[in-house]
Amino acid sequence: MDSEHKGARDILYIVRRYNPVADTAPHNQEFTVHVEPGMTVLDGLHQIKSEQDPTLAWRFSCRMGVCGSCGMLINGKPMLACNTQIMHVTDRVLTIGPLPNFEIIRDLVPDLRPMFNRHISGMPNIRRDDIDPKVTPTDEYYQTPEELTRFLQFSYCIKCGCCLAACPTMAMDRDYYGPMPLAQFHRYNVDTRDGGFNERKKIAGGPGGVARCHYAGECSNVCPKGVDPARAIQLMKRNLVFTYLKLAKQGQPCKTIGPDPHAKRREGIPEAPPYTIAQK
Amino acid sequence: MADPKRYDNRLGLKGWWGGGRWGFERYLYTLHRLTGLGVLCYFVLHIFVTSSRAFGMRAWEKWMGTLAGPFFQGGEFLVVLACIFHAFNGIRLILIELGFAVGPAEEPIYPYKTSLNKQRPLMVLMMVLAAVAVVFAGYDFWLLH
Amino acid sequence: MRETKFWTWHLLAGCAILILGSLHMITMHLDGVWGLLNPAGGHAISWDNVAARAHQTIFVVIYILLLGAALFHGLYGLRNILCELGIGKGMRSFVNAVLVIGGLALFVFGTWAAIAAQAV
Repeated sequence: MDSEHKGARDILYIVRRYNPVADTAPHNQEFTVHVEPGMTVLDGLHQIKSEQDPTLAWRFSCRMGVCGSCGMLINGKPMLACNTQIMHVTDRVLTIGPLPNFEIIRDLVPDLRPMFNRHISGMPNIRRDDIDPKVTPTDEYYQTPEELTRFLQFSYCIKCGCCLAACPTMAMDRDYYGPMPLAQFHRYNVDTRDGGFNERKKIAGGPGGVARCHYAGECSNVCPKGVDPARAIQLMKRNLVFTYLKLAKQGQPCKTIGPDPHAKRREGIPEAPPYTIAQK
Repeated sequence: MADPKRYDNRLGLKGWWGGGRWGFERYLYTLHRLTGLGVLCYFVLHIFVTSSRAFGMRAWEKWMGTLAGPFFQGGEFLVVLACIFHAFNGIRLILIELGFAVGPAEEPIYPYKTSLNKQRPLMVLMMVLAAVAVVFAGYDFWLLH
Repeated sequence: MRETKFWTWHLLAGCAILILGSLHMITMHLDGVWGLLNPAGGHAISWDNVAARAHQTIFVVIYILLLGAALFHGLYGLRNILCELGIGKGMRSFVNAVLVIGGLALFVFGTWAAIAAQAV
């Protein structure tokens, strides 16, 4: 029995509260949470809500670090609450606040819409002139594993907003797009299936774009999925500068490739079973 | 339904200074900006002082006499320190921001190694070279002259 | 792409400063070693050396190039810092105008001084 509760202790949660109806500014509220080893910050918040203060509001969903909903400022660093064990960051006091550099809707809930709107404005999808392969696909896009590696890391982004919260430029500049949108611009620019670089470079090379990034590196430091948005932005800067200096040219998007016309069906493969539903 | 009242949670200038839990490169960013501003202020004054040579020897010697004082010598040494840091950090930033020192995209495997880890040897090298330059500058400033 | 174009020239100006500024530092501080850059001997900032360099076209050209590069690099950096303070569009245009006019004025003044010093 003793070993189960070994390391269990009371942790002081100092939570930033803000009620848009009753408050003019955020303030701190303290809760004491009994913490067992292995409990996450999110578990502690659930405990507070169920046992102490049901009015506490925050976002969460998957509770396993894949949805990006529970981004918060935990002991001064933007992190996912579900991904952070309490005993890994403190043994006495845990301060929690909403992600900085966003407007607060209530308590720990930031307004992420500006980030999402900027993300959408960069056309985060495959842009091609030949619309048919996207709309009525019959063949595959021809992409090598090396070409996939060039953007795969940046596609792991879960849009949690931690990188924008950590960015020093975002702290002051309202026009800066932020690490996540710009990294996603790059994710599509280097995707060989995509042909939208010339459209995206107008935004990425504009006043809110990559020129506002000065490689403080905090975005990559806090990213919970190892997406490394700082790397994406620097690589995109290189593309933009080389394009401007005419040292590099944007290639055409990759072609589609159909089945090999000379391929023969292997011997011994059984035929597919008959349909169980009537075919039109 | 009307949008509820939001609270602007931007960090403001405090976000430029950092909060103590930031990485080393974040502080290099802040220092790069401060040293840049310092060198720019000195540079504007430097244009006026050195332009006095167009007005002849008397004007030049008058300025050099003024600037030989300990206050100005001390100030100039601080400018030299700022210049050295800004130059070496600038070399590091040029290499990073042109994508040469950040490494290619790679599969993230926990514990994550980011471009910050990739550029760290370059950062250490630049800081060491800057320290060496500071030692030389100190020797030149205070011991040779 | 306008910001990218300015930023590219900012980097190129930085590279120019590294080269030309290093030459300037060598001239000023290695005067005992690089005697050929200080033909009158002695201290680099003595009037004899200053006048001797002012009469050599290569130095005039280097100083003008260094002046231009440093002014562009410094003032663009200052513009970045000011524009990132969260100022509005009107203020941004004002800052741009002041820095362009101020920078041009300083460049013209410094270039005039470099050329006028040849006659002294």
